[in-house]
Amino acid sequence: MSEVLVLVETVADGDGIGLKKVTLEMLTAARALGEPSAVVAGAEGTASAVKDRLAEYGAAKIYVAESEDIDSHLVAPKAEVLAKLVGETSATAVLIPSTQEGKEVAGRLALKIGSGLLTDISDIDADGTATQVVFAGAVIVKSKVSKGTPIYTVRPNSVPPEPAPAAGEEIAVEIQISDDAKKVTVVDRTVEAAGGRPELTEASIIVSGGRGVGSADNFALIEGLADSLGGAVGASRAATDSGFYPHQFQVGQTGKTVSPQLYMAVGISGAIQHRAGMQTSKTIVAINKDNEAPIFELADFGVVGDLFQVVPALTEEITKRKA
Amino acid sequence: MNIVVLVKQVPDSGSERTLDPSDSTVARASADNVINEMDEYAIEEALKVKEAHGGEVTILTMGPDSATDTIRKALSMGADKAIHVTDPALHGSCVIATSAVLAKALGTVEWDLVLAGAESTDGGLTMMPALLAERLGVAHLSGARKLTVDGTTLTVERQTDGGYWTIQGKTPAIVSTWDTMNEPRYPSFKGIMAAKSKPVTTLSLADLGVDESEVGLAAQTSTVLEFANRPPKGAGEQIKDEGDGAAKLADFLASKKFV
Repeated sequence: MSEVLVLVETVADGDGIGLKKVTLEMLTAARALGEPSAVVAGAEGTASAVKDRLAEYGAAKIYVAESEDIDSHLVAPKAEVLAKLVGETSATAVLIPSTQEGKEVAGRLALKIGSGLLTDISDIDADGTATQVVFAGAVIVKSKVSKGTPIYTVRPNSVPPEPAPAAGEEIAVEIQISDDAKKVTVVDRTVEAAGGRPELTEASIIVSGGRGVGSADNFALIEGLADSLGGAVGASRAATDSGFYPHQFQVGQTGKTVSPQLYMAVGISGAIQHRAGMQTSKTIVAINKDNEAPIFELADFGVVGDLFQVVPALTEEITKRKA
Repeated sequence: MNIVVLVKQVPDSGSERTLDPSDSTVARASADNVINEMDEYAIEEALKVKEAHGGEVTILTMGPDSATDTIRKALSMGADKAIHVTDPALHGSCVIATSAVLAKALGTVEWDLVLAGAESTDGGLTMMPALLAERLGVAHLSGARKLTVDGTTLTVERQTDGGYWTIQGKTPAIVSTWDTMNEPRYPSFKGIMAAKSKPVTTLSLADLGVDESEVGLAAQTSTVLEFANRPPKGAGEQIKDEGDGAAKLADFLASKKFV
């Protein structure tokens, strides 16, 4: 069976190292193409922290490249690791998370190995045909890579992760990172509090607030509803530009693109700028006082009403039902 | 410090956008084409660096003749000059081929720093700066929400999902910007008038020494098999809150197993 390389993306988990959910989603998607091999490229100790889950989700092999050089330099070393593996294995495709870092790795890798690539794919067939949703969800495109070993970046939350236990055989990768790949040094990593909520692009449930929320203090209502559902908090550009909520939580064309199972838009009118970032969410709920708001055109369930009445009552109702 | 800013003309993200049925490229002829909004942050940052450290700001754009509107917009913000790479053979070029052409174009001007927007709002691949860094063998500091220039050392706060990383590199370098980095200025009337007489150098593939076979539809590294407009998501149930809105919404969430 042909081998498919999957670049593992990790995330700080307390003091330890955890897997980004997209890694498990890619291991699941890779099975359509062949046998998944996970590629761990990072600091010493990364593989030992995540190998059990990689095996549980189908990694027959786990290539382990761990060094200070990889950990302390931005992006480029990971592309070198993957290029080496594509050269030395019989890999027929490479899957990389469609994250900020992942897309940079994919671009560099494409040049190193002379391959074509497809970004932000939401699905992949056995023959390598990939699906992309473009232009803010308006157009669905099916494409194939026509040159080299195909590289795909996979959009988070597109493929439900399914366990499929495999051997997870660890294979050490000996690699000397080149000077060219060490031109950008990571001096420090700073965590900014997200209040223990899930990360926006990974979350299954997102509750977002817009201009209608009215103030930074009122965002506590959005946070309360999100917490009752175990979800993440997002915001429209109108809300972040007004200083109601930090910019890094902005969902939209110029913010994050999300595709959760449930997206709740509260006090958001639904300008195209916002719809671009959330249109592919599976279930969409809107709460807005204006029944003409464009967000209702997308909503599976819409409540026309005062968010300051509906949201606290809903939070209480959910908390009660969950108790 | 001489700076080049990568600028792209894109179909307005606020208007209806689609692909051209004849060759599956972005439909530009029917679109309302504008400057890629994200590039304005890169232009603003370039102007700020120039104001603090001196040097010249050059706009680099690849695109059809209509892209001159976008170039004028960038010049009216305060950039000094522009390079417009245009050639009929470039139509349909994929990101890999485009990066080869832009890398060549960067070779025609002296620069210390290249600034780019976070992404284009049409293709949204977000990888052009990384491709150029790979081709040119220079540092790429990406996701910059803050840039500090100290001689040849660049320090960037890179926006991440859970916070930020402090990263460092030396010029010559490429920095891709984040949209929280600054507040792009509006062109002044004076700026708009001055832009009309600023130099724009037009370069063809022949000028850059790139063979037509390396670009365009024929050199694509991926192929669109088919595309379709996504059926509009029909509006679902809508209720008016009569005091029972929260309970009904909770029922809906329960029916979908979210509660």
